[in-house]
Amino acid sequence: MNQTTAAPASIIRQVIVASSVGTMIEWYDFYIFGMLAKTISTQFFPEGNATAALLSTLAIFAAGFIVRPFGALVFGRLGDMIGRKYTFLLTLILMGGSTFLIGLVPNYKSIGMAAPLLVLALRLIQGLALGGEYGGAATYVAEYSPANKRGYYTSWIQTTATLGLFVALGVIMLVKLNMTDEQFNAPWGGWRYPFWVSIFLVIVSIYIRMKMEESPIFTKLKKEGKTSSNPLKESFRNKANFKMVLLALFGAVMGQGVIWYTGQFYAQSFLETKCGLEFEQSRTIMLWAIAFATPFFLFFGWLSDRIGRKWIMLTGMFLGVVLYYPIFSTFLKDTDSKEWYKTESKLIQEDRKITPIEGGSIFHRTAHFETPDGSKYTQVFTDTVLINNAGAPRRYFELSNPVLTNKKVNTTTYFKFTFLVWIMIVLVTMVYGPIAAFLVEMFPTKIRYTSMSLPYHIGNGVFGGLVPFIGLLLTTTFPQNPLVGLYYPIGIAALCFVIGSIYLSNKIDKDVTD
Amino acid sequence: MNTLKKLLGIIWLLLGPVVIYFLVQGAITHIDPAGKKDINNPVIWIIIITIFTPIAVGLMIFGYYAVKGEYQHLPENSNEL
Repeated sequence: MNQTTAAPASIIRQVIVASSVGTMIEWYDFYIFGMLAKTISTQFFPEGNATAALLSTLAIFAAGFIVRPFGALVFGRLGDMIGRKYTFLLTLILMGGSTFLIGLVPNYKSIGMAAPLLVLALRLIQGLALGGEYGGAATYVAEYSPANKRGYYTSWIQTTATLGLFVALGVIMLVKLNMTDEQFNAPWGGWRYPFWVSIFLVIVSIYIRMKMEESPIFTKLKKEGKTSSNPLKESFRNKANFKMVLLALFGAVMGQGVIWYTGQFYAQSFLETKCGLEFEQSRTIMLWAIAFATPFFLFFGWLSDRIGRKWIMLTGMFLGVVLYYPIFSTFLKDTDSKEWYKTESKLIQEDRKITPIEGGSIFHRTAHFETPDGSKYTQVFTDTVLINNAGAPRRYFELSNPVLTNKKVNTTTYFKFTFLVWIMIVLVTMVYGPIAAFLVEMFPTKIRYTSMSLPYHIGNGVFGGLVPFIGLLLTTTFPQNPLVGLYYPIGIAALCFVIGSIYLSNKIDKDVTD
Repeated sequence: MNTLKKLLGIIWLLLGPVVIYFLVQGAITHIDPAGKKDINNPVIWIIIITIFTPIAVGLMIFGYYAVKGEYQHLPENSNEL
């Protein structure tokens, strides 16, 4: 197939579905581990064991961003040598299989240290497979697409991370709603079901993918005997190509990684931990914002076919640099407990508890308030009362100032927050929607899978994955500023914007057959 | 624009060692076997420094290429790669 004889629309639809469903399942597999991390850590990684703690750290941290770039290299190389279709079938089987097997590993009480070791090994396989999946899917769809719709068609794959998040959340909530917490957290309880569900999703996806043909461009290259015998060497030891790998990383993907992570993950964590918003509100704010912003992946993919990829992605980064600070300031300001105290809140319910201790007791007071504008919060107060020999209270020690938790903002603020998060997710769609087509068009067919996978996964896994850690580092170093954690994504996005603006070209290479 | 590309290359070239210095400095300051936060965990610092050092070296190589004028013309087709 060349660029003037594109595949029929029905074939392209099947290619998009096969690629996107598989990638969505891989994201699903990846997310359920994160969402169930607390339960998993108690089952496989008990407290008070240094080795288990080390394995836990590696399992949770490693697969997230160490292993993905290596997966990109391993499977990218395979994809450029044996083909896109079989390689990303393999990544799907590895990812789904290891997820299913995590659900079958007996807990620490049953098999001791073998449990965390097995989970770590399976997590590493998950990370490797995820590193290989995206490049395959993006390349496969792009090589089927007509030149004037490449951005639009590949943007469907970009929606899969979001859809995977939705499905993971949906399956976990469905399981949780149908059993008690005790049943859910039991050794062979409900927390294992989402892992087992993975196998059905994978079988369906394998069935769809098996029916697909190899990418026509790659098939042609293979027939002509022009495939690369050493894609790694050609990608990274060929100076002309390595220059482009570096440019892709520092001029586009590095900024895309931090914008993606900040909008889709850091925002939720910030609303929960820094603003103290209650669990349900912070979750639904994210879900509504993501739901309404997801179609913009397709819009910006489509737009990039018309006006070029570069400025859409860089505008997303620039807007992130400009808007993040005021948006997060608004979150803080609108949930500021000092301001809430100023209003005359109405006491709705109060619970008092006294716990006896030696020589006295601890007094707990939990009070639920509602402000005149309809916001709600819980005030938790703890004091120690010591009793003297005569039985009278001797001294009061204030252990803590009243703490405000479970803040529930009023309807107006709720919509305002949803709108602000929506803006951040739209920025994600600007940087993320066109990037698959952008990367595909940067590299030649015979080393495309390898060359595009590595910068993509360094950008997403390393630069994006480090947002929470660097945020914590900055917050610890400069504790007086609660917004200091934003300096990392703002700084990286600004750097990437400068490099991208000056060094990247907006010209779309229509020809990906070479 | 080409002069700007070259001049900025010097900044990218210097930024690599600066990043490595701050990471090592951060590790020395924050690693604490008694601490419970991620930031106190030596394993995480080892992982980050191991992963970030090659990326910082990549930034230096990018800067070097920029200084040498390698980005004055970007390939317009695969034959140039």
